[in-house]
Amino acid sequence: MASLVLAEHDNAMLKDATHKTVSAAAQISMPVHVLVAGENCGAVAEAAAKIAGVEKVLLADAAIYAKQLAEPMQALILSLAANYDAILAAATTTGKNILPRVAAKLDTPQISEILKVVSPDTFERPIYAGNAIETVQAPAGKKIATVRITAFAAAPESGSAGIEKIPAAADPGLSAFAGETLSKSERPELTSAKIVISGGRGLGSAENFKLLDSIADKLHAAVGASRAAVDAGYVANDYQVGQTGKAVAPELYIAVGISGAIQHLAGMKDSRRIVAINKDEEAPIFQVADYGLVGDLFKILPELDEELSKRGYK
Amino acid sequence: MKVLVPVKRVIDYNVKVRVKADQTGVDLANVKMSMNPFDEIAVEAAVQLKEQGRASEVIVLSVGPGQASETIRTALAMGADRGILVKTDQPVEPLAVAKIIKAVVETEKPDFIITGKQAIDDDANQVGQMLAALLDWPQATFAHALEMGPEEGEKRSVKVSREIDGGLQTVEVKLPAVMTTDLRLNQPRYASLPNIMKAKKKPIEEKSPADLGVDITPRLKVLKVSEPPKRGGGVKVASVSELLDRLKADGVL
Repeated sequence: MASLVLAEHDNAMLKDATHKTVSAAAQISMPVHVLVAGENCGAVAEAAAKIAGVEKVLLADAAIYAKQLAEPMQALILSLAANYDAILAAATTTGKNILPRVAAKLDTPQISEILKVVSPDTFERPIYAGNAIETVQAPAGKKIATVRITAFAAAPESGSAGIEKIPAAADPGLSAFAGETLSKSERPELTSAKIVISGGRGLGSAENFKLLDSIADKLHAAVGASRAAVDAGYVANDYQVGQTGKAVAPELYIAVGISGAIQHLAGMKDSRRIVAINKDEEAPIFQVADYGLVGDLFKILPELDEELSKRGYK
Repeated sequence: MKVLVPVKRVIDYNVKVRVKADQTGVDLANVKMSMNPFDEIAVEAAVQLKEQGRASEVIVLSVGPGQASETIRTALAMGADRGILVKTDQPVEPLAVAKIIKAVVETEKPDFIITGKQAIDDDANQVGQMLAALLDWPQATFAHALEMGPEEGEKRSVKVSREIDGGLQTVEVKLPAVMTTDLRLNQPRYASLPNIMKAKKKPIEEKSPADLGVDITPRLKVLKVSEPPKRGGGVKVASVSELLDRLKADGVL
């Protein structure tokens, strides 16, 4: 049969998470169809049609999908489910919100945050904050999984799939969107940035946290944070890297003033290179860091900023 | 308004997990167990609703071995009124847990269910959503803040601010509903000694999955549990300049 991938988007832009989920889906069941559900999201469907390996894009354009609330999305995906033997979504807050509802209604177990497709019915996934990896085999029937997007390469944009408009499913009318506060940033997204610089409690205040900004700008890096920094109110929740925040795996991860709790390490230890800057040389972060710089971050950060300038980073 | 809080007994947040040498799972022998931290936040949210006069009764439910009654006791000491233990020594997958909770909901008829967004052992993040779907209820996952609306009549609802990847989103859901808690909804209280003593007298009813008519046979087959790839030991660098030289040489700058 085929796989259905739920597109990750904001009605204007298709997110890279979709390309990665398509890569995972192609290893489970071909061809791959992408479902774009939103409002005035034709441009997203066009972008999805370019993903290599995608045979068809299903476009459900209706006001009830504007914010992809779980209840109407469940109804929509269920209306399509009979045609697919695999249904996947990125393990983002959107995918995690919607997909278990679909799995429950289909009486099918969901496999969360797959890291690897071992075979079309067998997957690796992290458990215990990534301190163990479970290899799990799904029963016969539909495969339903969310995908840890840092674990899959993005499918390239070399395709030209057809776009089929599909009708909206009935709105269960149980929930309504009532507002949002989105962080605005010119920087790359945390989960897809090549370089991430994160701050922890060691930065001491929201004001000091801004010390990371100038370095992030020079490196075109995304800015992240530990749970402690978010709980202390230095930055908003969407900065959090860790077991329950975002998982990142950039080329370079710079941890500043982060001690390295298990729950933080869970979200960043798959980065290619890790740098830790911390005044406590016993901090657990140094056990996973490729390069450690022990010292006062309030001295080291300005030095780093200046040295980057000297070397031509702007 | 009756509030049901499903809680899970899991390995303590601070314990370093060890994978068993035979790759059948992680070593839980003689390891400290506690209430799943997200479920503690759920209990706190429910108890606060009771203190505000919004909740008439808070019922705590756990699915697990006999020792899960200790987890229920912890919730009772925090202020919940009574407990239900659905006892089994087998591992129970999220979908089966959702079915068990649904069966309890059918007899208890709560108006609001609050539970943790994920358990820190299997990290599945599924039960709340699955339960809401099985009940055909709305859901408000990853709750950051909660505002109760009218509790009676057609318009009874709650407004929940949710932690999403881009920031915060507020949804308004009709009651009955399921809410799953994120980290910053509240700071769970410590139970006081008098409350711990009082909790010993609160009732815990025991049932089995079979009593509720739920088949908990695992559907997924765990082939193995292995150690994640280990990172090689790193080096300390002496200066910012040396750091940048090395990163450059590694090709990451």
